[in-house]
Amino acid sequence: MVWETVIGLEVHVQLDTKSKLFSGSSTTFGAEPNTQAGIYDLAMPGTLPVFNEAVLRMAVKFGLAIDAEIGRRSVFDRKNYFYPDLPKGYQVTQLAFPTVGKGSLQITLEDGSEKVIGITRAHIEEDAGKSLHEDFQGLTGIDLNRAGTALLEIVSEPELRNAKEAVAYLKKLHAIILYLGISDGNMAQGSMRCDANVSVRQLGAKEFGTRTEIKNINSFRFVERAINHEVQRQIEIIEDGGRIIQETRLYDADKDETRSMRSKEVANDYRYFPEPDLLPVVIDEAYIEAVRAELPELPNAKRARFVNQYGLSEYDAGVLASSRVMGNFYEEVVKICGDAKLSANWVTVDLQGLLNKSDLDISQSPVSAARLGALIGRIKDQTISSKIAKTVFEAMLGNEQSVDEIIESQGLKQVTDSGAIEKLVDEVIAANPEQVAQYRAGKEKVFAFFIGQAMKVSKGKANPDQLNALLLQKLKG
Amino acid sequence: MSRRTVAELSRSLARGEFSSTELTRDYLSRIKQFNGVYNAYITVTEELALAQATAADQRRARGEHGPLTGIPIAHKDIFCMQDVRTTCASKMLSNFISPYNATVVERLNAAGTVTLGKTNMDEFAMGSSNETSFFGAVRNPWDPERVPGGSSGGSAAAVAADLCAIATGTDTGGSIRQPAAFCGITGFKPSYGRISRWGMIAFASSLDQAGPISKSAEDAALMMNAIAGPDSKDSTCVDVAAPDYMATLNDSLQGLRIGVPRQHLAEGLGAEVESALQAALKVFESLGATIKEVDLPNSHLSVSAYYVIAPAEASANLSRFDGVRYGYRCADPVNLEDMYKRSRSEGFGSEVKRRIMIGTYALSAGFYDAYYIKAQQIRRLIKQDFDNAFKDVDVIIGPTTPHTAFKLGEKNSDPVTMYLEDIYTIAVNLAGLPGMSIPAGSHKGLPIGIQLVGKDFDEARLLNVAHQYQQNTDWHLQRPEV
Amino acid sequence: MALEKSDVEKIAHLARLHIDATEAQEVANRISSILDLIDQMQSVETRNVAPLAHPFDAVQRLRPDVVTEKNEREYLQKIAPSVQKGLYLVPKVIE
Repeated sequence: MVWETVIGLEVHVQLDTKSKLFSGSSTTFGAEPNTQAGIYDLAMPGTLPVFNEAVLRMAVKFGLAIDAEIGRRSVFDRKNYFYPDLPKGYQVTQLAFPTVGKGSLQITLEDGSEKVIGITRAHIEEDAGKSLHEDFQGLTGIDLNRAGTALLEIVSEPELRNAKEAVAYLKKLHAIILYLGISDGNMAQGSMRCDANVSVRQLGAKEFGTRTEIKNINSFRFVERAINHEVQRQIEIIEDGGRIIQETRLYDADKDETRSMRSKEVANDYRYFPEPDLLPVVIDEAYIEAVRAELPELPNAKRARFVNQYGLSEYDAGVLASSRVMGNFYEEVVKICGDAKLSANWVTVDLQGLLNKSDLDISQSPVSAARLGALIGRIKDQTISSKIAKTVFEAMLGNEQSVDEIIESQGLKQVTDSGAIEKLVDEVIAANPEQVAQYRAGKEKVFAFFIGQAMKVSKGKANPDQLNALLLQKLKG
Repeated sequence: MSRRTVAELSRSLARGEFSSTELTRDYLSRIKQFNGVYNAYITVTEELALAQATAADQRRARGEHGPLTGIPIAHKDIFCMQDVRTTCASKMLSNFISPYNATVVERLNAAGTVTLGKTNMDEFAMGSSNETSFFGAVRNPWDPERVPGGSSGGSAAAVAADLCAIATGTDTGGSIRQPAAFCGITGFKPSYGRISRWGMIAFASSLDQAGPISKSAEDAALMMNAIAGPDSKDSTCVDVAAPDYMATLNDSLQGLRIGVPRQHLAEGLGAEVESALQAALKVFESLGATIKEVDLPNSHLSVSAYYVIAPAEASANLSRFDGVRYGYRCADPVNLEDMYKRSRSEGFGSEVKRRIMIGTYALSAGFYDAYYIKAQQIRRLIKQDFDNAFKDVDVIIGPTTPHTAFKLGEKNSDPVTMYLEDIYTIAVNLAGLPGMSIPAGSHKGLPIGIQLVGKDFDEARLLNVAHQYQQNTDWHLQRPEV
Repeated sequence: MALEKSDVEKIAHLARLHIDATEAQEVANRISSILDLIDQMQSVETRNVAPLAHPFDAVQRLRPDVVTEKNEREYLQKIAPSVQKGLYLVPKVIE
């Protein structure tokens, strides 16, 4: 039997504001427990919410970036449930009238094809605090620093068909969020969290299968693993004649498995109703246009521009536009060295390879755009060859010397003095009479041997073009 | 001196007839003498009062005073006062020392008032008789066998028995107006949004509003001038500056159009209340007003809609009382659920629990449309009724309550009977309009109140109408024999 | 509308209230009588009436994104039932 996977993602993005959604408490990550929990965050009786302007702006920005309908009148609701990390006993969220309505996101699949994924909605809501289970002998400690931090919950349509698509969607979302500067997107610190609704059905079936919700997926890698694991689990159950139970499952990265969250099994009745402490948020055209004016160039537009402006391939342009930092880095390199294609190669191949090897992000690159630009500049002006440039690049990692200093101190400068090259050629021809005879007898492949010999003697520094020309001239004699 | 109105006391303080400290001591000694009888105060803040009185006297000596500087006041125990116990008359908060001030408290402190203490009330403002207080019932100064009304019963009794010059109250369905009527004083509920709710412990957020409980309309205007107006801490507080409520008190009532709701004169209204109302209308006519009947055809549904909306909002508002960060926690919980359930069941009284249950039910899956949405639709109809009526009239005048104060325990056995006590006042909260009760008669030694309802944010007109009535009658000056 | 004992138990659980088995019937009766009062609403046709959630016909104000609160943990935790190392303690939360 052929199975089709159906995935919808709910992504919680912590918005990068200075203060909380409804209070003036700080949102700095990693503070001492409860030092950023003010009287509203603690749900002291009589306290009231006031909506943070930056949150609205960020939500609208996101909405515009995904071509979504912007809710001209959004309404906050209370979602009622008891949990110690939820001080008010209700979460303020948006149910019927979210700030961001239907939109879409274009993702690039592994084969290079594009797919458009629908986004159902994105609504503003409060984050909860944290429960700490260690150290307290049968008790749980509650830290409310995070309680009330602004979240944007982005809900996709169930249009993702496998784990790789889910990852591609998540990566694209991540890139857009960083482009917009509305979140630091740090998954390890929980600034971006993902819940996946997963079901399987027979290929071609119209109805969706019963879905489970996997919570607590906090890295791109885990998203793929958690979904694949859950899909496998569901298929096995169905093929064994069983039925999928609609439930919430927790992904355990250490054991690489999902398990049922029994505590959430009891059918919850959230008793949503409009939050009477807040009034409807009304957005006019002028506001939307002002936010639109603040939008940066987004990945797709940047990719297209890279193709047009720099003559790059779709693929290279896509890689370079995949993040705002990467795109900026690339353009700085181009500005310094003046060679767009060479820059693209160096950034996507040499630099990216280095970053991958050391598991670093472009923002943590050990080689700055300025130094890389200088290096490529020296290739371009023929101070060094491309091959020598790799040696210089290696050397740049270990020290702070400028590109020129490295070339100078290590004597890597290319030999372009035609007298010196001629001397070199003469030496090589004189030392290898046998090969000269072979070449002159018509065995032209031997030419490469002479190049190799000459480079060896010059320690790779001879200008390849000049060397080529002179060798040819002398051998033909 | 404790019998005088705030306006009179303010003039006396200005003339130096006595100091705020002397005045405060006088009230404190009356509280010591009579609070045991009436149980109007939950907490008496003697030390604070004397310190504030001293500060007020110094301020006055420096010439930096306003009309309320040095005036002894009481706050309903629903207003958070920093470093003072704020209980909401509940076991749940019986040891809650508030870490901050309500805006109303903050503004009155800034005006220089002297806080005598925190007054008794129905638990979490849920009640119409002040019998649901964890700290015991309040007794009506006109007859200690009778209730003072609720939920601001302590504030009303304290003002009526001259245990303070003026008090704050809150009104969700009649909680300022009904006790004012039962205690023979003036109770003013401003339009929803006129006064900040910051620091006022929420019962039903879309209905709650703070207001003065006073000995005259003029006193109410004095307090309104101090507390009304925008507050950046409350999103539901109006953004427009409040007018000077004193400035229009003496406007003429010539040509005033008064509407009397036909539905409020129907069955259920006590004959003594109706005749007091008719007599009051005659007074208004003599002052140049014209009277006509108006229709509020959906007013009979206000109690039904209210008992969905208020409990629904309350059920969420009271979820924060979970024994985690403050307030009552049960002894030795065996697990989390046990902690929640026992803390809340032991900490809340039965009326509060009943309303949480009703609200939870009304919001629960399958009932939301039939109850919550339906109630909001009725709410719209009720507001439209008022909008229509106000096309033809400037104020609406009717009874505040169906009858005079009832006896303690008389309506305890059946919640529905108690709920119907607020039949004339509740619609005003649902529509968010300003309303007030002023004394307008007496029956068998018990005061009778009439209710004045104004257009949205037209508080100044209501205070003007009430003041003119009080300039021409003396019901508001009558005091019980304490 | 008459509530059953089982309805009362379900609602009480949602509201995290403990109701003794002995009280449940009486609570059910009292709430049922209140629901009878509430059900008077059903006598009016409201099909075309827009619900009114709030009497205040205005729009939400916005607050500038500024930190105004300072750390007052020690002060705010003085009134807490149980704290340790700056954390609020509760019976074990099971996930």
